[in-house]
Amino acid sequence: MKQAYTWAAIGLIVLASTTGDVLLSHAMKKVGDVSELWKRHGLLGVLGRVLATPTFILGLLAMAVAFYSLLFGLSWGDLSLVVPASASLTFVANAFAARIFLHERVGRRRMMAALLVAGGVALMAI
Amino acid sequence: MTFRKYLVLAGVALFSSAGDSLLARGMKDLGSVSLHQLSNLILAILDPWVASGILLLLAFFASYMSALSWADLTYVLPASSLGYVLVALVARFGFHEAISPARWLGIALITAGVGFVAVGPSLTPARKHGKLAAGDVAQEAQS
Repeated sequence: MKQAYTWAAIGLIVLASTTGDVLLSHAMKKVGDVSELWKRHGLLGVLGRVLATPTFILGLLAMAVAFYSLLFGLSWGDLSLVVPASASLTFVANAFAARIFLHERVGRRRMMAALLVAGGVALMAI
Repeated sequence: MTFRKYLVLAGVALFSSAGDSLLARGMKDLGSVSLHQLSNLILAILDPWVASGILLLLAFFASYMSALSWADLTYVLPASSLGYVLVALVARFGFHEAISPARWLGIALITAGVGFVAVGPSLTPARKHGKLAAGDVAQEAQS
Protein backbone atom coordinates (compact mmCIF):
# COMPACT_ATOMS: atom_id res chain seq x y z
CA MET A 1 0.00 0.00 0.00
CA LYS A 2 2.88 2.35 0.86
CA GLN A 3 4.38 1.89 -2.61
CA ALA A 4 0.99 2.40 -4.29
CA TYR A 5 0.46 5.71 -2.44
CA THR A 6 4.01 6.82 -3.29
CA TRP A 7 3.61 6.12 -7.03
CA ALA A 8 0.09 7.62 -7.10
CA ALA A 9 1.58 10.78 -5.58
CA ILE A 10 4.43 10.74 -8.14
CA GLY A 11 1.88 10.42 -10.99
CA LEU A 12 -0.15 13.31 -9.61
CA ILE A 13 2.99 15.45 -9.14
CA VAL A 14 4.02 14.87 -12.78
CA LEU A 15 0.54 15.67 -14.14
CA ALA A 16 0.01 18.75 -11.98
CA SER A 17 3.59 20.08 -12.45
CA THR A 18 3.45 19.72 -16.22
CA THR A 19 0.04 21.45 -16.37
CA GLY A 20 1.31 24.19 -14.05
CA ASP A 21 4.59 24.68 -15.96
CA VAL A 22 2.79 25.01 -19.30
CA LEU A 23 0.20 27.45 -17.91
CA LEU A 24 2.81 29.56 -16.08
CA SER A 25 5.11 29.66 -19.10
CA HIS A 26 2.17 30.77 -21.27
CA ALA A 27 1.26 33.45 -18.71
CA MET A 28 4.81 34.84 -18.38
CA LYS A 29 5.26 35.06 -22.16
CA LYS A 30 2.08 37.17 -22.24
CA VAL A 31 3.37 39.36 -19.39
CA GLY A 32 6.75 39.93 -21.07
CA ASP A 33 10.31 40.34 -19.73
CA VAL A 34 9.88 40.98 -16.00
CA SER A 35 13.06 43.05 -15.62
CA GLU A 36 12.01 45.43 -18.42
CA LEU A 37 8.55 45.79 -16.84
CA TRP A 38 10.12 46.40 -13.43
CA LYS A 39 12.22 49.27 -14.84
CA ARG A 40 9.18 50.90 -16.42
CA HIS A 41 6.37 50.18 -13.92
CA GLY A 42 8.03 49.06 -10.67
CA LEU A 43 7.32 45.99 -8.55
CA LEU A 44 3.61 46.74 -8.09
CA GLY A 45 3.18 47.15 -11.84
CA VAL A 46 4.79 43.76 -12.44
CA LEU A 47 2.70 42.06 -9.73
CA GLY A 48 -0.51 43.66 -11.02
CA ARG A 49 0.16 42.52 -14.56
CA VAL A 50 1.13 38.98 -13.52
CA LEU A 51 -1.87 38.53 -11.20
CA ALA A 52 -4.25 39.85 -13.88
CA THR A 53 -3.25 37.01 -16.23
CA PRO A 54 -5.81 34.17 -15.91
CA THR A 55 -3.40 31.40 -16.96
CA PHE A 56 -1.06 32.48 -14.13
CA ILE A 57 -3.78 31.87 -11.52
CA LEU A 58 -4.66 28.49 -13.10
CA GLY A 59 -0.96 27.58 -13.23
CA LEU A 60 -0.60 28.55 -9.57
CA LEU A 61 -3.53 26.27 -8.66
CA ALA A 62 -1.95 23.37 -10.57
CA MET A 63 1.37 24.04 -8.78
CA ALA A 64 -0.46 24.02 -5.42
CA VAL A 65 -1.86 20.57 -6.30
CA ALA A 66 1.68 19.45 -7.24
CA PHE A 67 3.05 20.87 -3.98
CA TYR A 68 0.55 19.05 -1.76
CA SER A 69 1.04 15.87 -3.79
CA LEU A 70 4.78 16.26 -3.10
CA LEU A 71 4.14 16.62 0.65
CA PHE A 72 1.86 13.56 0.50
CA GLY A 73 4.45 11.61 -1.49
CA LEU A 74 7.29 12.62 0.86
CA SER A 75 5.28 11.47 3.86
CA TRP A 76 5.04 7.96 2.31
CA GLY A 77 8.19 7.56 0.22
CA ASP A 78 11.86 8.50 0.46
CA LEU A 79 13.10 11.86 -0.77
CA SER A 80 15.62 9.95 -2.91
CA LEU A 81 12.77 8.29 -4.81
CA VAL A 82 9.92 10.83 -4.86
CA VAL A 83 11.84 13.94 -5.95
CA PRO A 84 14.09 12.39 -8.65
CA ALA A 85 11.34 10.14 -10.06
CA SER A 86 8.77 12.93 -10.31
CA ALA A 87 11.37 15.43 -11.59
CA SER A 88 12.73 13.14 -14.30
CA LEU A 89 9.27 12.18 -15.56
CA THR A 90 8.24 15.86 -15.47
CA PHE A 91 11.23 16.81 -17.69
CA VAL A 92 10.09 14.40 -20.41
CA ALA A 93 6.38 15.28 -20.04
CA ASN A 94 7.23 18.99 -20.27
CA ALA A 95 9.23 18.55 -23.47
CA PHE A 96 6.17 17.04 -25.17
CA ALA A 97 3.69 19.45 -23.55
CA ALA A 98 5.79 22.51 -24.51
CA ARG A 99 5.86 21.35 -28.14
CA ILE A 100 2.13 20.58 -28.27
CA PHE A 101 0.63 23.39 -26.19
CA LEU A 102 3.22 26.20 -26.26
CA HIS A 103 4.39 25.47 -29.84
CA GLU A 104 8.02 25.69 -28.68
CA ARG A 105 10.64 24.39 -31.09
CA VAL A 106 11.70 21.25 -29.31
CA GLY A 107 14.33 20.11 -31.78
CA ARG A 108 16.74 17.21 -31.42
CA ARG A 109 19.04 19.18 -29.12
CA ARG A 110 16.34 20.08 -26.61
CA MET A 111 14.73 16.63 -26.67
CA MET A 112 18.18 15.09 -26.11
CA ALA A 113 18.78 17.52 -23.23
CA ALA A 114 15.42 16.58 -21.62
CA LEU A 115 16.18 12.85 -21.94
CA LEU A 116 19.76 13.21 -20.61
CA VAL A 117 18.60 15.27 -17.63
CA ALA A 118 15.69 12.89 -16.94
CA GLY A 119 18.05 9.88 -17.07
CA GLY A 120 20.61 11.67 -14.92
CA VAL A 121 18.05 12.65 -12.29
CA ALA A 122 16.75 9.05 -12.18
CA LEU A 123 20.33 7.73 -11.70
CA MET A 124 20.87 10.19 -8.83
CA ALA A 125 18.19 8.26 -6.92
CA ILE A 126 20.18 5.02 -6.95
CA MET B 1 22.18 35.91 -22.34
CA THR B 2 23.39 38.46 -19.80
CA PHE B 3 25.14 37.78 -16.49
CA ARG B 4 21.92 38.73 -14.66
CA LYS B 5 19.97 36.06 -16.56
CA TYR B 6 22.55 33.41 -15.63
CA LEU B 7 22.14 34.52 -11.99
CA VAL B 8 18.36 34.06 -12.26
CA LEU B 9 18.85 30.51 -13.61
CA ALA B 10 21.32 29.78 -10.77
CA GLY B 11 18.68 31.05 -8.32
CA VAL B 12 16.09 28.67 -9.82
CA ALA B 13 18.50 25.72 -9.37
CA LEU B 14 19.69 26.58 -5.85
CA PHE B 15 16.40 27.64 -4.24
CA SER B 16 14.55 24.62 -5.66
CA SER B 17 17.03 22.02 -4.38
CA ALA B 18 17.47 23.66 -0.97
CA GLY B 19 13.68 24.09 -0.58
CA ASP B 20 12.97 20.44 -1.44
CA SER B 21 15.61 19.26 1.03
CA LEU B 22 14.13 21.35 3.88
CA LEU B 23 10.59 20.14 3.05
CA ALA B 24 11.77 16.52 3.14
CA ARG B 25 13.45 17.09 6.52
CA GLY B 26 10.22 18.57 7.93
CA MET B 27 7.96 15.84 6.54
CA LYS B 28 10.14 13.16 8.15
CA ASP B 29 9.42 14.82 11.52
CA LEU B 30 5.69 14.67 10.87
CA GLY B 31 5.64 11.03 9.75
CA SER B 32 3.36 9.39 7.21
CA VAL B 33 0.12 11.24 6.42
CA SER B 34 -2.81 8.91 5.70
CA LEU B 35 -5.68 9.70 3.34
CA HIS B 36 -7.94 10.07 6.41
CA GLN B 37 -5.75 12.77 7.93
CA LEU B 38 -5.20 15.07 4.95
CA SER B 39 -5.75 18.09 7.24
CA ASN B 40 -2.31 17.28 8.66
CA LEU B 41 -0.86 18.43 5.33
CA ILE B 42 -2.34 21.91 5.92
CA LEU B 43 -0.90 21.98 9.46
CA ALA B 44 2.48 20.81 8.10
CA ILE B 45 3.31 24.42 7.15
CA LEU B 46 3.63 25.22 10.90
CA ASP B 47 6.70 22.97 11.14
CA PRO B 48 9.86 25.20 11.08
CA TRP B 49 11.62 22.99 8.50
CA VAL B 50 8.57 22.96 6.22
CA ALA B 51 8.07 26.73 6.71
CA SER B 52 11.75 27.41 5.82
CA GLY B 53 11.40 25.12 2.80
CA ILE B 54 8.31 27.04 1.68
CA LEU B 55 10.20 30.37 1.99
CA LEU B 56 12.98 29.04 -0.24
CA LEU B 57 10.42 27.63 -2.68
CA LEU B 58 8.83 31.10 -2.88
CA ALA B 59 12.25 32.49 -3.83
CA PHE B 60 12.51 29.67 -6.39
CA PHE B 61 9.07 30.59 -7.76
CA ALA B 62 10.02 34.27 -8.21
CA SER B 63 13.24 33.33 -10.07
CA TYR B 64 11.38 30.72 -12.12
CA MET B 65 8.68 33.21 -13.20
CA SER B 66 11.35 35.73 -14.12
CA ALA B 67 13.21 33.11 -16.23
CA LEU B 68 10.01 32.00 -17.98
CA SER B 69 9.31 35.61 -18.97
CA TRP B 70 12.38 35.63 -21.29
CA ALA B 71 13.15 31.97 -22.03
CA ASP B 72 11.39 28.83 -23.29
CA LEU B 73 10.13 26.26 -20.78
CA THR B 74 12.26 23.61 -22.53
CA TYR B 75 15.33 25.83 -21.92
CA VAL B 76 14.65 26.83 -18.30
CA LEU B 77 13.89 23.33 -16.95
CA PRO B 78 17.07 21.52 -18.08
CA ALA B 79 19.25 24.58 -17.39
CA SER B 80 17.98 24.81 -13.82
CA SER B 81 18.54 21.09 -13.15
CA LEU B 82 22.18 21.84 -12.23
CA GLY B 83 20.82 22.19 -8.68
CA TYR B 84 20.79 18.37 -8.38
CA VAL B 85 24.47 18.31 -9.30
CA LEU B 86 25.31 21.12 -6.85
CA VAL B 87 23.52 19.34 -3.97
CA ALA B 88 25.42 16.11 -4.74
CA LEU B 89 28.75 17.96 -4.90
CA VAL B 90 28.05 19.76 -1.60
CA ALA B 91 27.11 16.39 -0.05
CA ARG B 92 30.38 14.87 -1.33
CA PHE B 93 32.88 17.63 -0.60
CA GLY B 94 31.05 19.53 2.16
CA PHE B 95 29.62 16.65 4.20
CA HIS B 96 31.98 13.90 2.96
CA GLU B 97 29.05 11.65 1.94
CA ALA B 98 29.85 8.74 -0.37
CA ILE B 99 28.57 9.07 -3.95
CA SER B 100 27.98 5.82 -5.84
CA PRO B 101 29.23 5.34 -9.43
CA ALA B 102 25.58 5.47 -10.61
CA ARG B 103 25.24 8.94 -9.05
CA TRP B 104 28.44 10.14 -10.71
CA LEU B 105 26.99 8.88 -14.01
CA GLY B 106 23.77 10.77 -13.20
CA ILE B 107 25.79 13.93 -12.56
CA ALA B 108 27.56 13.47 -15.90
CA LEU B 109 24.26 12.98 -17.77
CA ILE B 110 22.66 16.07 -16.19
CA THR B 111 25.74 18.17 -16.93
CA ALA B 112 25.73 16.94 -20.55
CA GLY B 113 21.99 17.71 -20.84
CA VAL B 114 22.50 21.22 -19.49
CA GLY B 115 25.42 21.71 -21.89
CA PHE B 116 23.23 20.59 -24.82
CA VAL B 117 20.52 23.12 -24.07
CA ALA B 118 22.81 25.95 -22.90
CA VAL B 119 24.63 26.31 -26.23
CA GLY B 120 21.31 26.84 -28.03
CA PRO B 121 19.09 29.93 -27.95
CA SER B 122 17.10 30.59 -24.75
CA LEU B 123 14.02 31.72 -26.68
CA THR B 124 12.82 30.39 -30.02
CA PRO B 125 10.07 31.96 -32.16
CA ALA B 126 6.77 30.13 -31.58
CA ARG B 127 5.67 27.54 -34.12
CA LYS B 128 2.46 28.44 -35.92
CA HIS B 129 -0.12 25.85 -34.89
CA GLY B 130 2.48 23.13 -34.85
CA LYS B 131 3.72 23.84 -38.39
CA LEU B 132 7.00 25.45 -39.38
CA ALA B 133 7.68 27.87 -42.18
CA ALA B 134 10.07 26.41 -44.77
CA GLY B 135 12.95 28.65 -43.65
CA ASP B 136 12.47 27.67 -40.02
CA VAL B 137 13.06 23.94 -40.48
CA ALA B 138 16.87 24.23 -40.46
CA GLN B 139 16.73 26.45 -37.38
CA GLU B 140 14.60 23.89 -35.53
CA ALA B 141 17.04 21.11 -36.42
CA GLN B 142 19.83 23.20 -34.82
CA SER B 143 17.81 23.98 -31.70
